[in-house]
Amino acid sequence: MKGIAVVMKLSEIAKILESDFLSGEEKKDQEFHYCRGSDLMSDVLAGFAEGSVFLTGLVTLQTVRTASVSGAGAIVFVRNKKPSPEVIALAKQEDIPLLVTPLSMFVSCGRLYQGGLTGVHGNR
Amino acid sequence: MTSIHKSYHVAKNDFIHAGEASIHVKNLLKSMNYNQDLVRRVAICGYEAEMNLVMHGGDGELSVDVNSERVILEVADRGPGILDIELAMQEGYSTAKEEYREMGFGAGMGLPNMKKNSDALKITSEPGQGTHVSMTFYNKG
Ligand SMILES: Nc1ncnc2c1ncn2[C@@H]1O[C@H](COP(=O)(O)OP(=O)(O)OP(=O)(O)O)[C@@H](O)[C@H]1O
Ligand SMILES: [Mg+2]
Repeated sequence: MKGIAVVMKLSEIAKILESDFLSGEEKKDQEFHYCRGSDLMSDVLAGFAEGSVFLTGLVTLQTVRTASVSGAGAIVFVRNKKPSPEVIALAKQEDIPLLVTPLSMFVSCGRLYQGGLTGVHGNR
Repeated sequence: MTSIHKSYHVAKNDFIHAGEASIHVKNLLKSMNYNQDLVRRVAICGYEAEMNLVMHGGDGELSVDVNSERVILEVADRGPGILDIELAMQEGYSTAKEEYREMGFGAGMGLPNMKKNSDALKITSEPGQGTHVSMTFYNKG
């Protein structure tokens, strides 16, 4: 499906998702084109992730390492899931901004889609 | 260009460190100015193999041998081995425990993903002895 495709700054994504930065706020001007919502690590590793924002409900160290390895540019934890200090420290070390939103996965994806982001497989 | 060999110990069930070796390799290749695509492919395959060692295998090593032409990545463990490699290679096949599924693993996509992202993949396994995964990546500049 065709539609408007835009580039969004991380600060705009944070605003749309009513979310707070847990780390990486200095990267708020970084631009994003693609988004993925997934709780399946192999899914993230199997597909295109470079420069995408990664929405997930899993707040483990492996979530951060999966993002690092796959090249995802930022992580948003949905449903107010708060990671441990170790997870935040790892994200800082890997230089990946972490955000947390009170919204569900469904509503988060819906808002970003409405805002113009494209899926990691290139469609809307 | 120089040739580099590095080896990392990886421990079964150690989720605090699982994936660290692959991230080290990623940073090493990046610092050697390999192209982004090669770095990403090696990192993804290393990470999948490393997680397999941690979840299904046993204690072992992840090692990498790098020169200007290619990267060889090897992950060897002293775990239970794989009885039927052809079956394990099938997309969707997984014996992952519930606790691993809760962490986002167990889709049965790791091995197919390694095959897709490497230029050559060789798995040898001796049931009861362990598993050895070897992958080659050519540097296409
Ligand atoms: N090092 C290993 N030692 C023993 N068995 C293994 C090893 N690696 C893989 N396997 C077996 O092969 C199966 C398939 O592996 P694969 O990586 O494709 O999927 P998975 O690890 O189960 O799930 P995913 O990788 O999607 O998280 C595993 O479930 C396991 O039974
Ligand atoms: Mg796997």
